[in-house]
Amino acid sequence: MLEVRDVFKSYATPQGLLPVLQGVDLTLGAGGSLALMGESGSGKSTLLHLIAGLDKVDSGSIRSGKHRLESMNEAQLANWRRTEIGLVFQQFNLIGSLRVEDNLAFQARLAGRHDSRWQAHLVQRLGLGDLLTRYPEQLSGGQQQRVALGRALASQPKLLLADEPTGSLDEATSDDVLRLLLELLDDTPTTLLMVTHSQRVAARLAQRVVLSNGRLA
Amino acid sequence: MRVWRQTLRALLSHWRRHPVQFFSVLTGLWLATSLLTGVEALNSQARDSYARASQMIGGEPQASLSTPNGALFPQRWFIELRREGWPVSPVLQGRLTLKGHEDQRVQLMGIEPVSLPADSAVAGQAMAIERIVEFFTPPGNTWISPETLRLLGLREGDTPPTVGGHRLPPLLVQKDMAPGLLLVDIGVAQALLEQPEQLSRLLLPKEFHQALPASFKDRLQLKSSGEENNLARLTESFHLNLDALGFLSFVVGLFIVHAAIGLALEQRRGLLRTLRACGVSARMLVACLVVELGVLALIGGLFGVISGYWLASVLLPDVAASLRGLYGAEVAGQLRLSPVWWFSGIGLSLLGALLAGANSLLRAARLPLLAVADPQAWHQQYTRWLRRQGWLATGLLVIALAALIWGNSLSSGFVLMAGLLLGAALALPVLLSALLTPLLGRSRSVLGQWFLADCRQQLPALSLALMALLLALAANIGAGSMTAGFRQTFNDWLGQRLSAELYINPTNPAQAREMHRWLKQQPNVTAVLPNWEVSVTLQGWPADVFGIIDHPHYRQHWPLLDNSGGDPWGKLATDDAVMLSEQLARRLKLKAGDHLSIATPNGTWSPRIVGIYADYGNPKGHVLISSDHLLRGWPQLTPNRFNLRIDPAQIPALLTALQTRFELDDSRIIDQARLKGWSVQVFERTFAATAALNSLTLAVAGVALFISLLTQSQSRLGQLAPLWALGVTRKQLMLLNLGQTWLLAVLTLLLALPLGIALAWCLDAVINVQAFGWRLPLRVFPLQLLQLMGLALLATLLASAWPLYSLYRTQPADLLRTFAHED
Repeated sequence: MLEVRDVFKSYATPQGLLPVLQGVDLTLGAGGSLALMGESGSGKSTLLHLIAGLDKVDSGSIRSGKHRLESMNEAQLANWRRTEIGLVFQQFNLIGSLRVEDNLAFQARLAGRHDSRWQAHLVQRLGLGDLLTRYPEQLSGGQQQRVALGRALASQPKLLLADEPTGSLDEATSDDVLRLLLELLDDTPTTLLMVTHSQRVAARLAQRVVLSNGRLA
Repeated sequence: MRVWRQTLRALLSHWRRHPVQFFSVLTGLWLATSLLTGVEALNSQARDSYARASQMIGGEPQASLSTPNGALFPQRWFIELRREGWPVSPVLQGRLTLKGHEDQRVQLMGIEPVSLPADSAVAGQAMAIERIVEFFTPPGNTWISPETLRLLGLREGDTPPTVGGHRLPPLLVQKDMAPGLLLVDIGVAQALLEQPEQLSRLLLPKEFHQALPASFKDRLQLKSSGEENNLARLTESFHLNLDALGFLSFVVGLFIVHAAIGLALEQRRGLLRTLRACGVSARMLVACLVVELGVLALIGGLFGVISGYWLASVLLPDVAASLRGLYGAEVAGQLRLSPVWWFSGIGLSLLGALLAGANSLLRAARLPLLAVADPQAWHQQYTRWLRRQGWLATGLLVIALAALIWGNSLSSGFVLMAGLLLGAALALPVLLSALLTPLLGRSRSVLGQWFLADCRQQLPALSLALMALLLALAANIGAGSMTAGFRQTFNDWLGQRLSAELYINPTNPAQAREMHRWLKQQPNVTAVLPNWEVSVTLQGWPADVFGIIDHPHYRQHWPLLDNSGGDPWGKLATDDAVMLSEQLARRLKLKAGDHLSIATPNGTWSPRIVGIYADYGNPKGHVLISSDHLLRGWPQLTPNRFNLRIDPAQIPALLTALQTRFELDDSRIIDQARLKGWSVQVFERTFAATAALNSLTLAVAGVALFISLLTQSQSRLGQLAPLWALGVTRKQLMLLNLGQTWLLAVLTLLLALPLGIALAWCLDAVINVQAFGWRLPLRVFPLQLLQLMGLALLATLLASAWPLYSLYRTQPADLLRTFAHED
């Protein structure tokens, strides 16, 4: 269960404080999936970063089970990301110097949850069997995003946060990646929170919310 | 532990994909450590040799009695002093040539172990009774250091013959013996040196303080332990100069490390953010980067100390020859280094890596987690950094100026040089950027604009290598001008000073008196210029006082740097007057017209200084006084040398007559050409190590440039691909790249010229004055500068050759890929 309560966040700019989130409330049940939509600059990615523990709220609270993110220190937040969260970015953010198979296992190994059978299952489901010894730069965009998905799910996180995961892919590849993601989520109790612009993508998820001017519409 | 392992694995995987960067860091650490540890090895070897020489007998430097001019004296004086209750112990020391080793210089020291001060150790060994008996009971022993034994190609137990037809007692290795020295019983030494019943000095316990008996007051003088051990003090400046060169190379090496680590961080920004996003804390990330840097430093340091050892062993013969020629110091020809040296070498590498990587580590720690991984971020921050760098350079130049105005020591001289060099190096990118910006505004052609704009964009990546090049070039120009200027000044000075055709050293006082009479009667000799010499200590500094006669020769051939006005040579002959060498005058802070106090056996004498003259290459003070004044203070002195003016055609006849009459060996007759040749040789060898280190520093800078260009070439496809797409051929791209590198290198060379000349002035007018006591006129040698410029351009061409070739060989597919990866 993820609970976001009355979250405020603003950033300092040369023109003064820029309020990005202005009292956001959100609840997402375990195993559920939610599409977070909104225009550019509406605060979607900011909210995602706050939930991932990549940034801290100005006020309000973010809770998941026994975890209260607003009261965690840097090391605790790092541990939260390592053990509870899977992150998928629009730009894939793979480790260019590691082979595909090492990229896949990377976070699971960091979290101490590396499971060869689960990884083999992911490899098979994601169709990465022939690509394991390649480096990320030798893959297409769709293949890289599949590796990024695999890496995020390999550690069996409680919460998968995806920031425009299909944003840099063409329509067919995007559909393919999304299908794989949702199929894999069926096999796990992982909760999905996805930031997306696409109505078509959002329609595939159980819940949809729209963020506008820092508030949920 | 698991997080550590995985994070380190991810970080280290970068190097596997970027081997050039990996080798850049290693090369930088290796070169930096190598040159500095090499110099440290040389210094440590020399200092170890001085320590062993000074602790040859007693474990502590001894006080001693010797004649004022260092001549031998009869053994009966020792017996007389013992009878008066003086705890003296005799020593005879002299040069010995072994048969088959005529080119090797060996010192023979004869001691009498029984009378040595109580608890004395000889060569670090306690002289137990059985060792004493073994030492002087026939056949006795010759103690020798392992290095000297190896150098002579002898074995323990050998009894090598001397050229005089004698044989040494069996050789016995003692590990703490001073290098180049053989120790035997005094009776054996007297026989081997053919000086029966003669002694060089008498040792006294260190704490012994008593006035000399009246009968010995004029004959012997007491030297305290401090005076005996002035080798370390005299050679301090020499070693300091080597240290300075070593540190310069270290700094240049660290520039490479800094550049490579900085670039590696920039290329790994994305990786670091991903690691943070995957749950690696900032602290752990920095800790892993420190561990990674530490491992690199250990590997680089290990290579560095190994090659530093090799470098030191290559340079050691020249350094040893310089120290022997300049200071009479014997340095073992084989390196003997303690484990501390090896560990300190590795430690230096670790420290250097930490210094060079500190900025990158700090940036990694402050890396904003959410900022977009933008490879251009570095360039964007560069302008801000450039401004800070400009201020830092200004600050350093102000410190250099302050050291010039208010400093008055060797340390302040080095602060001046360091401030000047580092300030100029930091100012270089600011100046280059300032030079390129107006050029960019004036360029009309599109390609010209791109050329200059891209050149400016390359500055952040190349600036450190260019700074290293600037430092190395300036050091080369500075040290080269100083050395060449010194060589010319020294040769001119030698030509004037060594104007007598022959220099004769009599064997003993009786021979000196007889020789003086005989020489005056020789019709072929146009002038006999006898020298009387006495060693004194002036305000703690060792000096030799020379008594000369009044002769027009000195007016013509002894140039004065400064005088008190009027006729200084006339005043020297008639008044209470002295002339001083430049370095002694500076050391004692005296000038022409001041008075100098000299302690004589008759009390203190305070003559006026009427002239200051150059005396290059002499670490000891040099004082000229009229022979009448000298003999009034030390009436027992006899001439120790005769300088003869003679028609060169008459020399062979005179030499035959001299040898027939006085049975002088070759070492006591020196002609002008031999003396000049020897002096020039000492000079050349003195600067051989400097020249080698200088060339190596330039080589390090070349490597820095090569590595920067190579590393940068891998990330330049993004800038070059659009040009290629617009129709510029790969060959044109290659030439444009070469032009850019050369433009930056030429601008750096142009800035290195005034900096190098300023550095040469610092060396001539500040460092030389503080280190050696002489000031040299600044001389600039355009041909030498042109040669160096040519060499630097060649180095630039070589450094850019491989990256350019790689660019030329780049396949269209590689260029296309840069577009494919554009997001």
